[in-house]
Amino acid sequence: MHLKYESQLREPLVNGDKNYHQVTEDIIRPIEAKPSRLWYVGFYIAVALLLFGVYSIYRDVTYGIGQWNLNKTVGWGWDITNFVWWVGIGHAGTLISAILLLFRQGWRTGVNRAAEAMTIFAVMCAGQFPIWHMGRVWMAFFVLPYPNTRGPLWVNFNSPLLWDVFAISTYFTVSLLFWYSGLIPDLATVRDRAFTKLRKRLYGIASFGWTGSTKHWQRHESLSLVLAGLSTPLVLSVHTIVSFDFATSVIPGWHTTIFPPYFVAGAIFSGFAMVQTLMVIIRKVFQMEDYITIGHIEAMNKVIVLTGSIVGIAYLTELFMGWYSQNKYEGYTFWYSRAYLFSPYGWSYWGMMACNVLSPQIFWFRKMRRNLFVTFFMSIIVNIGMWFERFVIIVTSLYRDYLPSSWSVYYSPTIWEIGFYAGTFGLFFTCFFLFAKYMPVIAVAEIKYVLKTSGENYKGKMDQLEEKGVEQFAHDHAH
Amino acid sequence: MAKKKFVVGCFDDEAVLFPAVKKVRTSGYKIHDVYTPFAVHGLDHALGLRETSLHTAGFIYGISGTATALGSISWILAKDWPLNFGGKPHFALPAWIPITFELTVLFSAVGMVLTFCYLCQLAPFVKKHHFHARATDDMFVMVIECTEKTNADDLKAFLASNGAIETDVQVAEEGWWLGRYDRDEHPFQNKQTVVA
Repeated sequence: MHLKYESQLREPLVNGDKNYHQVTEDIIRPIEAKPSRLWYVGFYIAVALLLFGVYSIYRDVTYGIGQWNLNKTVGWGWDITNFVWWVGIGHAGTLISAILLLFRQGWRTGVNRAAEAMTIFAVMCAGQFPIWHMGRVWMAFFVLPYPNTRGPLWVNFNSPLLWDVFAISTYFTVSLLFWYSGLIPDLATVRDRAFTKLRKRLYGIASFGWTGSTKHWQRHESLSLVLAGLSTPLVLSVHTIVSFDFATSVIPGWHTTIFPPYFVAGAIFSGFAMVQTLMVIIRKVFQMEDYITIGHIEAMNKVIVLTGSIVGIAYLTELFMGWYSQNKYEGYTFWYSRAYLFSPYGWSYWGMMACNVLSPQIFWFRKMRRNLFVTFFMSIIVNIGMWFERFVIIVTSLYRDYLPSSWSVYYSPTIWEIGFYAGTFGLFFTCFFLFAKYMPVIAVAEIKYVLKTSGENYKGKMDQLEEKGVEQFAHDHAH
Repeated sequence: MAKKKFVVGCFDDEAVLFPAVKKVRTSGYKIHDVYTPFAVHGLDHALGLRETSLHTAGFIYGISGTATALGSISWILAKDWPLNFGGKPHFALPAWIPITFELTVLFSAVGMVLTFCYLCQLAPFVKKHHFHARATDDMFVMVIECTEKTNADDLKAFLASNGAIETDVQVAEEGWWLGRYDRDEHPFQNKQTVVA
C-alpha cells in the first residue's frame, strides 16, 4: 500500500464525511431521479432557440448568405466572430482535463467531466459557422482531400483555412474520445445500479461492458495519460491555427506575430468563464457543493485573472506596436478604428477593455474569488467581453480597407445572423441539459481516487503525520 | 464452452486488499483478476501484471500519422498537381507542419482508443460476466480461479480471515472476454499450495 499524504495547507477537494458508496450515491442521484420542472423549462427554452437557429439556417441555405448583412468589405461578420468565440470556449475542457492532469492539479477531478462535455458541445457549435458560411453548403465536401474527377483538384495545404479544417476536426475527435473513454467506467457504475431493465440495457450498451478489471484500469490510466499528453499541444495548436486565419493575412490589425499566444490565452480565459457559469449552476441544482467546492471555484478564478491579464498585455502590446511600427495603416486601425471611443466601432473596443481587462482584476481579492455571486456575474461579463474581442478584431479591421471607395456602410447583423447565433446557444444547452440528465456530471471514479488523500475527513486524520513525523507514521500504518 | 469455478472475495478498503493480495499469492493461488471501482495505483504490480505497452502502440500510430500527412501532402503538392501559389516553392514544408501535427495526434489518439477497446474487449454489445455489482461502486472484488486441487470452502475461509467481508463461489463460462492472463512471473512458485 502506498503511503499517500497531502499537506494540510491544501484545501480538501471533497467536503463532508464521505465514503466510496456515498460518492456514488451523491453523483448518480440526479440521473436516477425524475428531472425537475426547472430542467424541463430550461430544456424547452434551449430546444426553442435551436429551432429558431434551424429556421435561420434554412433561410441562409435557401436564399443564400445575402440573408446576412455581410458585404464586400465586411466579408466576415457575426458568423466568424461566433465561430472563434465558440472555439475559444471549447478550449477549457481539454485544458482542464489534459494540461491540469499533466500538472497534477488534483482539483481538476471535480470539474473535468462537465468541462469536457462543454468543450465538445462548444466545438459542435463552432463548427456550424464555417460550414454554413460556405453558402453552397452542399459543396462542403470539397474541403476533403480525396482523389477526385475535378482534375484532381486538391485542396491547398498551404492555406490556414484548410489547417483549420484539420485542427478543428482533430480537436473534436480527440476531445470526444478522451471524454468518452473517461466516461466508460462511470457509465458502468450507473449500469450496475440500474433499477429497470431498459436502463440496464442502455447503460450496458453505453458502458461497453466495463468490468473494472485491474488490467483494464492499468491500460485506462496509460490511455488517459497519453491522451492528455497529446491533447496538451493539440489544445494550444487549435487556437494557434485559428489565429493563423488572421495572422497570415496582410490586413492591418490581423497581421501580427503575437496572435497565437494572445488567442490561446483568450481561449482559456473565455473557456474558464463558461465553465464557471455552468459549474455555479450545476453545483447548486444538483447539490454538489461537496464536490465542486468553493476551492474549485477559486482555483478557476485564479486562472481567469491570470489569462485575463495576459490578454490585457496583448491589447496594450498591439496598441504600442501600432504606434511604434510607424505603419500608418496599423496606426489607423489600432488608434482610430479601435481605440478611439467615438469612431464607428469604438464602443466595442472599450466594451472589450472594460469586460476583459478591467473587471477581472477584482479577482485579486480572495473574498471576491470565493464569492459565488461575483463569480457568476463575472463569468458572464468575461464571455461578453471575449465576444467583443473577436468582433473588434474582425470588423474593425475590415470595415475600412486599403481602398476608401469600398469603405462599408455601418455593418450590423440581420435577425437571421442573430438567429443563427441564438440557435447555437440552443444546440449547446440542449446537449448540455441532456448530458446533465443522463450522464454523471462529475467523474465518479476519479473522485474516489482522490477521496482518501484529499477528502475532508481523511485529511483530518493526517494531522497525526505532521505531529509524529514521517517515519513513525509509516511504521504505524505499515501493513 | 467450458465453465470455470471461481472463488470471489469482496473487500471494502484498498488498505485491506493489498496485504490480502500478497497473502493469496504467496499461498500459491492464481488470482484471476481484481475488480475495482477506480484505478488503484500499485495494484497491478501487486498482482504481478506486466506494464502495458499501450503507449508504445500510441507512438507507432502517431508516427504513421506523421508519415501519412507528409507523404500525401508532398506527393499532392509537389508531384501530382503542382500549383503555383505566388511563385512559392512547391515543397513548402513549413506550411505543412500544422496539418502534419494534427494528423499525428489524430492517428495516435484514434489508434490508441481502438487498441484499448480491442485489448480490453470493450464494445457496445459485449456481454461479460460481472462477479459483483458493487465492483463499480465501492467494492474491491478479488476473483480466484479454482483448480481441481482447490478446496473452495477453505479458500473462502482464508479470504475471510484476510479481511474479505463477503465471499462467494461463482461459475463463469470460460471465454475470450475473460481475457488472457498476463505472463505471470510466478515469484512464489515453489511455495506450498495448502492453505493454513
